[in-house]
Amino acid sequence: MNSIQELFQKKDKNLLSIYFTCGYPQLTDTSKVILGLEKSGVDFIEVGLPYSDPLADGPTIQDSSQKALENGINLDIIFEQLLTIKETNKTPLVLMGYLNQMLKYGEDKFCKKMIVCGIDTVIIPDLPMVEFENHYQELFDRYGITNVFLITPQTSEERIRKIDSYSKAFIYVVASSSITGAKGEISSSQIAYFERIKAMNLQSKLIIGFGISDKLTFNTACNYAHGAIIGSAFIKNLGTNGVDKIDDFIKPIIS
Amino acid sequence: MKSKFQPDENGYFGQYGGAFIPELLYPNVKELADNYVQIIESDEFQKEYKSLLKEYVGRPTPLYLAKRLSEKYGAHIYLKREDLCHTGAHKVNNTVGQILIAQKLGKTKIIAETGAGQHGVATATVCALMGLECTIFMGEKDIVRQAPNVARMKMLGAKVVPATSGSKTLKDATNEAIRYWIQHPETFYLIGSVVGPAPHPDMVARLQAIISEEMKWQLKEKTGKENPDTIIACVGGGSNAAGAFYHYLDDEDVELIAVEAAGLGVHSGESAATSQLGQVGIIHGSKTILMQDEYGQIKEPYSISAGLDYPGVGPLHAFLYETKRAKFMSATDDEALEAAFELTKIEGIIPALETAHALAVLSKIKFRKDQVVVVNLSGRGDKDLEIYIKHLKE
Repeated sequence: MNSIQELFQKKDKNLLSIYFTCGYPQLTDTSKVILGLEKSGVDFIEVGLPYSDPLADGPTIQDSSQKALENGINLDIIFEQLLTIKETNKTPLVLMGYLNQMLKYGEDKFCKKMIVCGIDTVIIPDLPMVEFENHYQELFDRYGITNVFLITPQTSEERIRKIDSYSKAFIYVVASSSITGAKGEISSSQIAYFERIKAMNLQSKLIIGFGISDKLTFNTACNYAHGAIIGSAFIKNLGTNGVDKIDDFIKPIIS
Repeated sequence: MKSKFQPDENGYFGQYGGAFIPELLYPNVKELADNYVQIIESDEFQKEYKSLLKEYVGRPTPLYLAKRLSEKYGAHIYLKREDLCHTGAHKVNNTVGQILIAQKLGKTKIIAETGAGQHGVATATVCALMGLECTIFMGEKDIVRQAPNVARMKMLGAKVVPATSGSKTLKDATNEAIRYWIQHPETFYLIGSVVGPAPHPDMVARLQAIISEEMKWQLKEKTGKENPDTIIACVGGGSNAAGAFYHYLDDEDVELIAVEAAGLGVHSGESAATSQLGQVGIIHGSKTILMQDEYGQIKEPYSISAGLDYPGVGPLHAFLYETKRAKFMSATDDEALEAAFELTKIEGIIPALETAHALAVLSKIKFRKDQVVVVNLSGRGDKDLEIYIKHLKE
């Protein structure tokens, strides 16, 4: 069974997921951040693979990616770092990166390394459904890897139903028409969209992301989904306060 | 019979193309994909498009037999004078067409990326013409080196937004345009080259195809034959080359030469010769050939010419390269400058720096005396005067 699916069997509401960028703020911080997040009680972790041209990301994640690349991070180092904490870390990890990274690294090599590191879930924001159907579904199935699809306020009901049928971990509900980054409050039109998705009674678990930044927005999101993801706000905190203060950021959100 | 150079139903030319876009852009791209062919092929569109090209752009552009250039290189060299288009380059063929498509789809806000500023100016121009709101994304570095075009865009009423990420050039301007599009899905992204997610590469190629459509009857008039022996065009993203090649793609006896910018030299580390330095990958929503490292991180290209300073190439061109239908050559900064000065001196035409790269390979090719060669003179050099003045020898 997929690791996130397993997690949902133990807990299926108010799940907190945190996104972070590998190799940021320091090259060797990847494992420290993961272990810090685990200790703080985060339910699952999105491991961001820094990319030179992250089309779906706002300034905070762009900057952290650029800094990480300047630090010398690359996929080989990332997989090494993830392997070292495989035994100690019990919090499920989800890889999040862009398709070109996997393509150039070698699709099979990428999948094999994921499995070796004990990771079975991936989010690739620029992997469209038609490419998934034509090629990647077969590839991922072969390795027991689950792909997470994103839906947005513009995604049609028909398409959401199809995505629901393909989803084995969760559906990533993008909170608004936006790239990643904090927006402050959640608007009434966003609430209406969350309600519309909730009312569809999908078989998949729903996790809301993009624009979730603090306890208030997290709690609001959890009223309409099984959990939510915080990314940019955490990265900002990491940039300012470093890896030792992770607890100070997480505790107020889940308390 | 369908040409093998037409994209398949998923927007692929061979293994290149497709639409690798975040879900947020899916409805926009689908709307365009579902409608663009029907719109372009409609009588109504063709009438408006052709009329604007004639009355507003100044088409047909001349096919000029450059006598002194021909003498020098020992061939019949014709220049397809896209530099004489309104706004100074071929870019306007595409913007006139796309603005009509945007209107048919009910879009009122237009965004675009620009490198040298030619596409930005051509977009701002048609937005002024149609009374539509226009936002142009341009790399911070290009804003400095193409200042006259920035001033023109502003005068035309466009908002120019500097792209400050990455290499601060065309690649990053395109990233910023796509990010803005994600956040404002009601806008129409008027892309400037045969790049981006399907159907953009095919749509832009169809709109630039007017170049080779005219070449056919102009050559027939002048030489008695529709087909030249050789067509030469510069390639950044590849829109002028796509237009100049389009109606000849299936005529394998016509030699197609695409010229990339080699910067300080193909292997100098400061180059934009994508076909020589790139491998298969995904950039701006399209699978193509691009300059990247072993981990898929996109490399920063370099060229003196802001319009060729792009780490990828359109998927059609990647396919032309792979199938060897087109021959890919390159020219360095210095070779391009030399060619620009030469054309200016012996033909009285100041070409754009981009175009100068196409001219620069004339000295590298051994021609037959009776060989009919068309160089697509994609743009004029007014915008590059500052760089030319810097290199002007007393």
